[in-house]
Amino acid sequence: MGYSVISGLRKSVPTCIIALTLLLGPSAFAQESPDTATVDSVFVSEAVESAASPRAAQLNVVQDSRGDAGGAISVKWFRSPDDGMGADNITGYEIFRSESPDGLFESVGFASRGRTSFEDATTVDGQTYYYYLATVSATGVSRSGVSAGARSSAQWLNTRDIDTLIIGFIICFSVIFFIYHAQKGKKLFLRKIAGLEAVDEAIGRATEMGRPILFIPGIQDLDNVQTVAGLTILGRIARTIADYDTKINMPVSRSIVMATARETIKQAYVAAGRPDAYSDDMVYYLTDEQFGYVAAVDGIMVREKPATCFYLGAFFAESLIMAETGNSIGAIQIAGTAMPSQLPFFIAACDYTLIGEELFAASAYLSDEPRQLGALKGQDVGKIIAMSVILVLCILFSVAAITESESILSLANTFKGWFSLS
Amino acid sequence: MLNEMIGLWIGAFLTLGIMSFLYKDNPWYKICEAIFIGISAGYWFASMWWQNLVAKLIDNLWPALVALGHGEIQYNLVYLVAAVLGVMMLLRLVPGVGWLSRWPIAVIVGATAGLQFINFLVSNGVKQIRNTIVPLFGPISDAGGIPPVQSWEEALGNVVILVGTFTGLVYFFFSKEHKGLFGGTAKVGTWFIMITFGASFGYTVMSRMSLFIGRLDFLVNDWVMVTLDFVGL
Repeated sequence: MGYSVISGLRKSVPTCIIALTLLLGPSAFAQESPDTATVDSVFVSEAVESAASPRAAQLNVVQDSRGDAGGAISVKWFRSPDDGMGADNITGYEIFRSESPDGLFESVGFASRGRTSFEDATTVDGQTYYYYLATVSATGVSRSGVSAGARSSAQWLNTRDIDTLIIGFIICFSVIFFIYHAQKGKKLFLRKIAGLEAVDEAIGRATEMGRPILFIPGIQDLDNVQTVAGLTILGRIARTIADYDTKINMPVSRSIVMATARETIKQAYVAAGRPDAYSDDMVYYLTDEQFGYVAAVDGIMVREKPATCFYLGAFFAESLIMAETGNSIGAIQIAGTAMPSQLPFFIAACDYTLIGEELFAASAYLSDEPRQLGALKGQDVGKIIAMSVILVLCILFSVAAITESESILSLANTFKGWFSLS
Repeated sequence: MLNEMIGLWIGAFLTLGIMSFLYKDNPWYKICEAIFIGISAGYWFASMWWQNLVAKLIDNLWPALVALGHGEIQYNLVYLVAAVLGVMMLLRLVPGVGWLSRWPIAVIVGATAGLQFINFLVSNGVKQIRNTIVPLFGPISDAGGIPPVQSWEEALGNVVILVGTFTGLVYFFFSKEHKGLFGGTAKVGTWFIMITFGASFGYTVMSRMSLFIGRLDFLVNDWVMVTLDFVGL
C-alpha cells in the first residue's frame, strides 16, 4: 500500500531535524541502552501454547517512547501467523506489564487484530518494566515470552511536535524578515479597517459633548492574548484622550489588568506631555465576578452616559448586556474580540466591530510602528502558506480520488501528515 | 421551612431588583447592584486567598506552616520567583519604587505571548488546515485508502468548507487592498462569516431564553408557590 511510502517519507522530516537537535545539546536524544530491549536479548521464558490456542505473536522491541516528555514505553511485536492469514481467527493482542520478570503481570491495554504496536503511557520514569503479549482468539489465548526490562525517560526535544516547530519557524522568520524591512524604512501597506478609522472620530465626539469615554478591556486576565491586544489599543486611545483632555472611565474585573491599564494610560499622558492630568482613578477595580461586573458597568453607563464605549478584549455572556445598554444611552460603540460566540452580539449592537484578527491587527494599524507592521505582514505570509496548502492538497486528494492513483494519494497524505498533531 | 422562606424571598427580591433595570435605573436596582458587587468581590478575595496564596504559594514555600508539623514536608522553591514578582507588583503602592511593578507585568505579558503562540498555532492554524484538507470529489466507497465521499451532500459540504475557509482567510488578509477579484473573494468571505455569526446568534439567544425561563421558574414555582403553600393557600 501507499502508506508504506508515506511512512518512509515522513521519517525524512525528523531526520532533517537531527541537526537542530544536535545544536540543542547532546542530551536531546537520551541514551539508548538502558531504555531499550530488543528481541535478541529479550525473552526469559518461552511462549505458552496449547492445541486450541492461536499461534502466538512475538515481541519485536520494547523501548522507551522516543521524543516525548517521558512516562511512556513503546511495545512492538510481530503479528501472529493467524492474524490476517493462516487460521485468521485472531481477535487482538492484550499487553501485560510487571515490575519484575517473575512478578505479577497486569493488563495495561488491548490492541485490535492487525496492529503491531502499543504505547503504554502509564509508566513512571526510571522504573524498570517487563512486558509480555497475549494473543487472543475465539478458541484460546497464547502468550509470548517476557521482554527484558525497559525504562521510560524524557527527551529534551519533543520530536512528535516537530511539524509545529517547523511551521512556527517559518512564521517567525517571515515576521522577523518584514520587521527588518520595515525598520529599514520600507513602506508597508495596510488596508483600511472601518472600526479603527472611527476611533479618532469617536474620541472627538466625546470631547465635543463633554462626556467621558468608557473603556472595557473584557473580563479575562492578562494571560489572555485578547486582553493584551485590548490594552495595546488602549495605549493609542489614551494618547489621543490626553491630547484632547477628554475623561476616560475604565472599570476592570481583574487586579493585574487594573495595574497594567494604569501604567498604560500613565505612559500615554507622559508621552502627551501632560503627566499632571493623569489620575489613578481613571482605572478602578469592581469585582472578578462576571455578572456582578456587568451589573456595575450597566449602572455606570446609565448614570454617567459616556459618549463613546470601547469594548476591546475577551468577552463572554456579558457582551450583549453591555452593548445593548450602551446602545440605549446613544453612545457610539466600537467593539473588538476574538470570541466567535460573542461577535454576533457586538455586530448587532455596536457601530463598529473588529472581528477576530482585526483586534490583533489594530495596534499595528493605529501605531504605524515598523515592528508591529512588520509582524502583521509576516502573519499574512502565514495565511498565504495556509491558503496554498489547503488549496493544493484539496486538489491533490480530489485528483487521487478520481484517478485512484496511489502515488498521488501517497504524496497528498505525506504533505497532510506534516499538519498532524501528536 | 422558615429559613428556606427567608432565602427564597431574598432571592426573589434580588432577582426582581436586577430585572427592574429593564424599566430604568432605580434605587432598588442600585441596592441589588451594590450587594452583588460587594459580596462577589469579597467572595473572590477569599477564593484568591485560599486557592492561590495558600494553595500555591504558602503550601509550597512554607509547607510546615500549613501542615503544622504533620505529614511529609516538601519545599518547592520555584515558587519563590512568583513570590518575588508578587511583592514587586505590590511595590507600586510605595512611592519611589513603584516602577518595579512593571517587571512582573512584563513577565506576565511576555510569558502569555510565548505560551499562547503555540496554542494558537496548533488550534487555530495547524488543526484547522488539517481539517480543511478534504477531497472535493471521490468514490462512494473506500477505494485505495482515499477517504470516501459518501454522498453528494457530503461533497457539497466539503466544497463549502474549502470555499468558506479560503475566502475567510482572504478577508483577514491585511497587506492588500480589498479590490477587484481579491475584494470579491473577500466579500464572499464576509458572507460566510456573517452567516456563521447569524447561526451562532440564534443558538446563543435560545440558550439565553433558557436562562430566562430558569429565573421565571424560580419566581413562579419556587417563590410564589412555596410562599402560597407556606401561608396555607
